[in-house]
Amino acid sequence: METVALAEGFLSAAVRVATPLLLAATGETIAQRSGVMNLGLEGVMLTGALAAALGAAGVGAWTGAAAAVIAGMLVAAVFALVAIGARADQVITGTAITLGAIGLTGTIYRQAFGAAGAGLDLPTLAPVPIPLLSALPLLGPALFDQPAPTYLGLLAIPAAWWFLWRTRAGLALRATGEAAAVARASGVRVRLVRAAATVVGGGFAGLAGATLVLAQVGTFAERMTAGRGYVAIAIVVLGRWHPVGVAIASLAFGAAMALQFLFQTLGLGVPYQLFLMLPYALALLALAGVVGRVRAPADLGKA
Amino acid sequence: MRGYGWLVGAGALLAGLAVLAIGLELAGHEAGPALRALWSGAFGSWYALTSATLVRAVPLIVIGLGLALAFRGGVFNIGGEGQFYAGAIAATWVGLSVGGLPSPLAIAAVLAAAVLAGAIWVAIPVLLQVRYGVLEVISTLLLNFVAEALTSLLVQGPLQETQRIYPQSDPIAEAARLPLLPGTRLHGGLALALAGALLLHWVFRRTLWGFRLRAVGLGPRAAEIAGRIDSRRVAALALALSGAIAGLAGGVEVAGVSYALFQNLSPGYGFTAIAVALLGRLHPLGVVVAGILFGALEAGAGAMQREAGVPAVAVYVVEAVVILAVLLAEAARRHGAATLAALGTARAVPKAHG
Repeated sequence: METVALAEGFLSAAVRVATPLLLAATGETIAQRSGVMNLGLEGVMLTGALAAALGAAGVGAWTGAAAAVIAGMLVAAVFALVAIGARADQVITGTAITLGAIGLTGTIYRQAFGAAGAGLDLPTLAPVPIPLLSALPLLGPALFDQPAPTYLGLLAIPAAWWFLWRTRAGLALRATGEAAAVARASGVRVRLVRAAATVVGGGFAGLAGATLVLAQVGTFAERMTAGRGYVAIAIVVLGRWHPVGVAIASLAFGAAMALQFLFQTLGLGVPYQLFLMLPYALALLALAGVVGRVRAPADLGKA
Repeated sequence: MRGYGWLVGAGALLAGLAVLAIGLELAGHEAGPALRALWSGAFGSWYALTSATLVRAVPLIVIGLGLALAFRGGVFNIGGEGQFYAGAIAATWVGLSVGGLPSPLAIAAVLAAAVLAGAIWVAIPVLLQVRYGVLEVISTLLLNFVAEALTSLLVQGPLQETQRIYPQSDPIAEAARLPLLPGTRLHGGLALALAGALLLHWVFRRTLWGFRLRAVGLGPRAAEIAGRIDSRRVAALALALSGAIAGLAGGVEVAGVSYALFQNLSPGYGFTAIAVALLGRLHPLGVVVAGILFGALEAGAGAMQREAGVPAVAVYVVEAVVILAVLLAEAARRHGAATLAALGTARAVPKAHG
């Protein structure tokens, strides 16, 4: 019985921790399929997190989530303006966006909540158990007793797949990423498609940041995304630019991060920094194993 | 076109400061006093110039030089921060145990260890890139977080000070510390950075390898076909060198400024150096100027926070605007050049389209 409870707790934590990664990586999958790698994702997520905190503190948790989506789209639009509109280098633009977001969120946060940076007491998104399903053993609590963003993330997997492979717009988007010149010749407005995909990806990343604040931590802290945006980009590669692969990779990372809680519960004296390193080290190993055998969208990152 | 580069840099910096001023006014601060505090904190006195601005400029210049080298070869090293920490860790480790050596030898040992550690740290992305085709952008980025966690682990573990209270290392041996300019906190690292810039300038301008590097950066396929250059090898070496140089910056910081290892030793030098390399237009002497400017920004930011209550992180916004402004200016120039070329073609062969 003890073991079952422990396993349920671990799986539940894994899915909870995986949710922001899943959301951000699903959005980035759409962007990368169109040929855009947005390294500003880390900054987009961070801005979403702050917008969520501000919205939640002012009005309520759902307003916070909506504000995060809008903020994410706005920051991604700035990236799109420079990297797609002006055809600037995507890597450097993305790095600048993240740098700017760290400065902006840090400044606004201190302005709004005081320099001391005491923990905020924000309204949060509580778990919404789905009747019957949440009572299933093992997977029930993990998949069906979670806050709303987790369900959104899970629904986004088939939605993204359907959009990318079953609609004309999705076909045009993939064509843009694979062979921009061909897409352009057949009447697709390549830069518009890329900008739109980037902004949509920004909305997802904003929501991912909101999830971190509203469904996990319950407060905002400077640089609280701590590299999750970059991990999400690695997840897109690991998931082979496919929503299902991305979902599996996200859950694997969630599990790796949730190991920390499991070890703490078991009382094993392992330094916490090892768990901080684990997801990144794991990402590198996994990339080495996967990348050689998959192919990125051919025009990824090209202006 | 040389004049244009300086103009773009100055314009970008002005744009960044303007955004800061507007943002401050919107947030209810008075921009005037804040900017004055920024200026006086950076250039207001001999002490501010040497001990605040130039001390912060040294790591930015050193890492920036390495990044300029990598970017010229078309390689994106976004892992300067992690390589800096790797260098700092090794420098501390060696610096703790070289007390018996004469000072020049001790310093040389510390800096050599830092270079080696930076090279080892970047060897992972180099290997992943060459063997498995993993994008160096992603691998160098991810390793930043590993390096920061490793630093945290070490200063609370094997490298923790003897009392075992604070999360930092013991101070390194006196012999391993860089000489200081009397009356200031400015250390010999500045001379090293300037010498490095001159050396790199010479490499870019006068050596075959420098030429190859530029050829690969401009077009790896063309370099292979027309120049018989092994592009992958040149790019891999550029990445490795940039990592070793960022490691050196970490060693210089420990031997010249902190004398010890602790968490948050770097306030993001590895990321700011990207802006420095770019604003310096990947030119070694430009990197020196840009490094001093950004060192001034970071030094002034501290004064701005103390005297005007503006959070120091606000300068990251300035840095971001500077990078974006440079990118936009370059795009405008490309666009302008394309338009000119199109006009030229149209005039040369007026009937080609008719």
